[in-house]
Amino acid sequence: MLELLSFGPNGWGGQLLSGLAMTIAVSVSSFTLGILFGSAGAAAKLSHSLILNGIAEVYTTIVRGVPELLVIYLLFFGGSGAIMAVAGIFGYEGYIEIDAFSIGVAAVGLISGAYSTEVIRGAVQAVPVGQIEAARACGMSRWLILRRVLVPQTLRYALPGLGNVWQLTLKDTALISVTALAEIMRVAHVASGSTRQPFLFYSTAAVLYLLLTTVSTAAFERAERRANRGVRRA
Amino acid sequence: MDWELMWDSLPRLLGALPLTLTLVFASLLFGAGVAFATALLRLSGNRVAETLTAGYVFVFRGTPLLVQIFLIYYGLGQFEAVRDSILWPMLREPMWCAILALTLNTGAYTSEILRGAILSVPAGQVEAARACGMSRVLAFRRIVLPMAIRQMLPAYGNEMILMVKASSLASTITMLEITGVSRKIISQTYAVFEIFILAGAIYLLLNFLASRFIKHTEWRLTPYLRARA
Repeated sequence: MLELLSFGPNGWGGQLLSGLAMTIAVSVSSFTLGILFGSAGAAAKLSHSLILNGIAEVYTTIVRGVPELLVIYLLFFGGSGAIMAVAGIFGYEGYIEIDAFSIGVAAVGLISGAYSTEVIRGAVQAVPVGQIEAARACGMSRWLILRRVLVPQTLRYALPGLGNVWQLTLKDTALISVTALAEIMRVAHVASGSTRQPFLFYSTAAVLYLLLTTVSTAAFERAERRANRGVRRA
Repeated sequence: MDWELMWDSLPRLLGALPLTLTLVFASLLFGAGVAFATALLRLSGNRVAETLTAGYVFVFRGTPLLVQIFLIYYGLGQFEAVRDSILWPMLREPMWCAILALTLNTGAYTSEILRGAILSVPAGQVEAARACGMSRVLAFRRIVLPMAIRQMLPAYGNEMILMVKASSLASTITMLEITGVSRKIISQTYAVFEIFILAGAIYLLLNFLASRFIKHTEWRLTPYLRARA
């Protein structure tokens, strides 16, 4: 039975490994995209514009309140149509197809971003106002304050929350196997279909995910220790 | 936007609501039982029980729910012993597989919430109860548990919302709950956005009701925090 997991001609080891690489690639891309969305969302929520506040509020409420699978279906079935409609406005009439990877990253990034928004907003608000005032009193420009005072500290405060978002993102990528992108779940699904050993392949998938979550928990712990090395503990 | 189609699809989507609610309530109910047992075993002081429950929580929190559902629905049927057992009539049904997977998943998460809440009860309270002559069981029932439940409510509210959303994964094993029905309607009509808006609105409403329910329960259970009139 273990021959099925080997890297030989009868084994699925190679495919599982490339599935693992695909899962990592999708997770990292979506997480990065999510941080971009999250920063934009947090900036919008903290701005004094009522319109921006409203847009960010609607974004986080809807995306966090609707099942992830539904968001993925929306982009999977509706993504091409929406892009073609936009392209049609600019006079392009051809057919546009988006690949499963981009759709997956867009969908999971959108979800990840909604959670990151709240994490980043909380972290920005955790930076004491006095520090911003002090920086301004020293004559720093807004941009310089952002770069030297706000962002480094926000990162430190946001790290534990972003660690949670990363774990969520990692597990959400399993859902884009419904779009036939060959990540861990999809490979396990195909392999168990053709070998009639579903238990073997789904438990292998489970082990691979456990490996990823365990390694990333350790990595985030190290990152937190490093980020907090200048902080005195009570 | 095709309003007529939206209006016509609404009854079909609402027809799937009872199944979604059944999945959510059944797994929350069974999951609460699993979580209670798991949390107690993790705090029991017995090394074997602690290791086993910690392993259960680690595995179910560290893997995607989709893997768990597929492992139970497709994976278990692979074994002769399972197919011959008296449980097979249940494990053959996608309904019970979905409920089992959701139960074990929420059980793992909720047990951690409950464990944290039990640990947050001040030791002085337990000591005072013991000094009054209460047995350990009585002190747990009268002092620790009520305080822990009050403490865990906000986190448990999040878990309820996660379960409403997680029930959508039952559609991947042929269950026609709200997400399953929407997918079916989308593949028949190609009206992606109309159906998404409808289904999304139903889920948002459910989650809104869940969070109101938790808020209300929290208010009921914390009379001492209310401003005196």
